Amino acid sequence: MKTNILDKIFENSTRLIAFSILLIVAWIFTVLFQNSLDSMQGFGIDFITGTKWAPNLEKFGALPAIMGSVISTFLAMILAIPLAIGVAIFLSEIAPEKLKSPVGVSIELLAAIPSVIYGMWGLFYFVPIIRDIFGGLGIGMLTAGIVLAIMILPFMAAVTRDAMNTTPDILKESAYALGGTQWDVIKDIVIPYAKAGIIGSMILALGRAIGETMAVTFVMGNVHKISTDITAPATSIPVTLANEFTEADTDLYFSSLFELAFILLIISFSIISISKFYFLRKSRRA
Amino acid sequence: MATIVDITDEKALEVKNFEFTYNGAQEPSLKNITMPIAKRSITALIGPSGCGKTTLLRSFNRMHDLYAGNRYSGSIEFEGRNILDAKEDLIKLRTNIGMIFQKPTAFPMSIFDNVAYGLRLQGIKNRSELNDRVEKALQDAAIWKEVSSRLKNDANGLSGGQQQRLCIARAIAVEPEVLLFDEPTSALDPISTQGIEKLVIELKERVSIIIVTHNMQQAARVSDYTGFMYMGELIELGVTEELFVTPKERLTEEYITGKFG
Repeated sequence: MKTNILDKIFENSTRLIAFSILLIVAWIFTVLFQNSLDSMQGFGIDFITGTKWAPNLEKFGALPAIMGSVISTFLAMILAIPLAIGVAIFLSEIAPEKLKSPVGVSIELLAAIPSVIYGMWGLFYFVPIIRDIFGGLGIGMLTAGIVLAIMILPFMAAVTRDAMNTTPDILKESAYALGGTQWDVIKDIVIPYAKAGIIGSMILALGRAIGETMAVTFVMGNVHKISTDITAPATSIPVTLANEFTEADTDLYFSSLFELAFILLIISFSIISISKFYFLRKSRRA
Repeated sequence: MATIVDITDEKALEVKNFEFTYNGAQEPSLKNITMPIAKRSITALIGPSGCGKTTLLRSFNRMHDLYAGNRYSGSIEFEGRNILDAKEDLIKLRTNIGMIFQKPTAFPMSIFDNVAYGLRLQGIKNRSELNDRVEKALQDAAIWKEVSSRLKNDANGLSGGQQQRLCIARAIAVEPEVLLFDEPTSALDPISTQGIEKLVIELKERVSIIIVTHNMQQAARVSDYTGFMYMGELIELGVTEELFVTPKERLTEEYITGKFG
């Protein structure tokens, strides 16, 4: 009888905790949405398509920040994907046993470095290099892309390696038994077999890169301008949010920043939903 | 000393004083193996778990070389050369000596691409040649009728028995001299097993076959010669009927009469 009551209490408290998570998500959405209302009503779709961000004129167009987020993330993905796949192939297929574990662990350690440290490192180490090579200030989209790539690389490589490691030995041996070389086996067996995991890791890394704030804030520049030069200073949604809340002296400014955050939330939410959908479909099939 | 039957026919392979040691192991897993494998016939390897029959089988296509630190000594002669030689071209060797595994191992690609895989590895790109050879291999593996209408489908949609026949088709498509079967029916139901056994017997017209099996009845049903292995050694190699009816070695007799194993 007594245990029954305890069971009930336990059940209900876990239920409460689980539901509170849903509640928090809904709460965040609501807060962002409500605070964005001023800006939404004031600018409508122009907020997303507008290129001018002039707080002193009370004009807010988010396109430079949105573009900045998309382009810096895109650059990061282009740089990180081939490297991550290379590292994963090395770790799962090529490295001798003795090397697999130390290199694997150091990659996982790299994934644990706080992003603010990547930002500092980027500012003091990469910015001068980019400045020397391309001239200009050295801060901007390209630097942000590189720093982001380095930041997401370990995670991507580790998950991709784990996915590749699930390829059954017997399947690889079958390909070797037909006269396959190591490269044949990697390209025809291991990569196709691990495809779902590899794509999943990319989508998760994409989600992380697009919302990344600290690493990028150091090296982006916070300039609301769309430029064809990727080495020019620019901005992204998180960078704008991190830099400008302290300066938001009018209600409209404040609300515009909230709408920016709302847009970021929708983008991140969509990326995670797509990856979940993808994984669910894959795992149901398997 | 082992009792080895005299094989007067042409030989596909000839193992001499073969010894094999796994990476890190003190003791060799196979020792002192001398064994002729007759051409265009079926040789079965039987013996209790851990006796080394699969280890021996995997030596014929140098599968052990995929993992570092494994050591061979002695010789295995194939087409007039010692395939244990360091200079042996393993890619070429494995196209000459094919292998079928314990479990069906359909690749994550279409039925057609599975069978064409070994051919493509050899650089065959001509579409009509690929089509012809894939069809022939599937017919020879007695699975053509079941899959001809869905060659583009994912091979993993086939049943276990079909997948194993697909793997056989894939192996014979590259026209090997020797086929190694590593307990090919251990993951299959009795009906599929029957199909595979029938197929193995048909294939000996063209290839020399070595089959490792846990199942003594299977060895008796399909093979021409049977080798009994125990604790890393070949105890007896004989004509299958003779080995099962009048074994020469006491250990063989005890094993086939079920005293151990």
